[in-house]
Amino acid sequence: MPVIEVHGLAKAYGKQRAVEDVSFEVQRGEIFGILGPNGAGKTTTVECIAGLRTRDAGTVRVLGVDPERDRDAVRRSVGVQLQNGELPEKLRVGEALELYASFYPEPASSAELIEVLGLGTVVNSYWGVLSGGQKQRLSIALALIGGPTIAILDELTTGLDPAARRETWDLIEGVRDRGATILLVTHFMQEAERLCDRLAVIDHGRVAAIDSPAGIVAGIETEQRMRFRPSVPLDENLLTDLPEVTELVRVGEQWQLRGTADLIWAVTSVLARNGIVAQQLRVEQPSLDDAFVAMTARPAKEQDR
Amino acid sequence: MTTTTDRHPVADNYRRTAFRRLLRTEALLFARTPMAVTWSALLPVIAFIVLGCIPGLRESSKDLNGDSYLAAYLPILMAFSLVMSAVNLLPPTLALYREKGILRRLSTTPAPAAWLLAAQAAIFAGVGLVVSVALFALGIGFDVSVPRQFIGFVLSLVLLGAATLGIGLLVTAVARTSKAANAVSFTLFFPLMFLAGLWVPRPLMPSVLRTVSDYSPLGAGVGALQDSIAGHWPPAQNLLVLLAWAVTTGGLAVRFFRWQ
Repeated sequence: MPVIEVHGLAKAYGKQRAVEDVSFEVQRGEIFGILGPNGAGKTTTVECIAGLRTRDAGTVRVLGVDPERDRDAVRRSVGVQLQNGELPEKLRVGEALELYASFYPEPASSAELIEVLGLGTVVNSYWGVLSGGQKQRLSIALALIGGPTIAILDELTTGLDPAARRETWDLIEGVRDRGATILLVTHFMQEAERLCDRLAVIDHGRVAAIDSPAGIVAGIETEQRMRFRPSVPLDENLLTDLPEVTELVRVGEQWQLRGTADLIWAVTSVLARNGIVAQQLRVEQPSLDDAFVAMTARPAKEQDR
Repeated sequence: MTTTTDRHPVADNYRRTAFRRLLRTEALLFARTPMAVTWSALLPVIAFIVLGCIPGLRESSKDLNGDSYLAAYLPILMAFSLVMSAVNLLPPTLALYREKGILRRLSTTPAPAAWLLAAQAAIFAGVGLVVSVALFALGIGFDVSVPRQFIGFVLSLVLLGAATLGIGLLVTAVARTSKAANAVSFTLFFPLMFLAGLWVPRPLMPSVLRTVSDYSPLGAGVGALQDSIAGHWPPAQNLLVLLAWAVTTGGLAVRFFRWQ
């Protein structure tokens, strides 16, 4: 049974339509990602799920209830980490955790969250003096302090350094392994690829695709690229005659090829048949990044963090 | 909002504890803001003690219908403390909470965002009330307050507290940002305190100005406090004016409050 069901969700702010038609379901225990360029409607979607916004159309069910009608039930079992949520400057980390823990009937252990999120050294520090990464980690801790059945995390690792990012990913997997469902909003491909069981790619307020990260990559017709240095001289026609090869460029000793999905298999079998070794072989596989750009068709720089 | 049937008795218990903790946290945050403590609490008390140590100000004056200047300034300093905390400090603080997404973060939890409003209102109005009662006690020491009408004094004080709180919440409701709230509060401070008699005590005001003062929240408040401190029951008109200000501004604040 899905724990989150969204059907035909629409939301406009005045004349600007943030979400036009979004539908998806999230299964219990899943890490489900919402991926999309800035302004695609990701945040609005999760805000409607968290019961923070009133939708214009469509249905939303969280753990079987409508978050607009039964806010209390949703707030008790859903932990939310919003983008740019601050705390009072002079609130200490430990005090914030204790305060937020008191809001829930059965809170998680704040000692454990402090430990796992590496907040031990700043427990007595004011929010105002924390670094961006520490603030982000405290925000995650506050989203998890209620022992949520579902955690909604919006731009989870923005502002974290690579090491802290990896630790956070491990933490999120740990939370999922304890039975929680995670709804992750991100525009960071590596994060989606690493963490998500399934993804919804949202663009212009609509769902462009829903699949596993690998499925999304496979669903895109992308060109394969490879380059290598043949161990012995080789007749170009051997390769350019292959239907899988669309382009061959020689740069010094190095051969660079572009072609269709079966390019690598076709080229390597020809080389093997002729007893040629492909030295310094490099294969460029399409990544989620490529799939994402192909799907949302916007300048790549917009998708950079 | 509509379903409250699934709430256990245990749940209500933890909610009470949660509100108390929120209140304590907000009180701690107030105490950690030296500016706020200085302006709303320390300054009026120190000012009164300094004035009380000047012998001339303790003598009755013909200008003030026989009252001493010290007696005239006692309710004005109480009003000052209430305006400072409820009108000048509360709105920027709450607006900042809204601006920085603190109210929003709170609304993702089972704690209602209105709790924060209630806690802040309780603390800022509470500071003004406590300082005023402390001033009243000091006044007894300086022989200017008469404890005979303490109930009338408390009633006047609570109504003045409600009126200033209403004004403060209305400013919070209409100001978009903390900066704007600060600017509005600062602008309001001068006419409010002028009509309270901070620069020209009410007995010295020309009669037209005095009438305006009578209908202003702080003027009516200072008048009511003045009478009750002197041992008389505060005039009904002043109490009604205060009540009207409290209800009107409070109602408008509720009507126009923006949560985000």
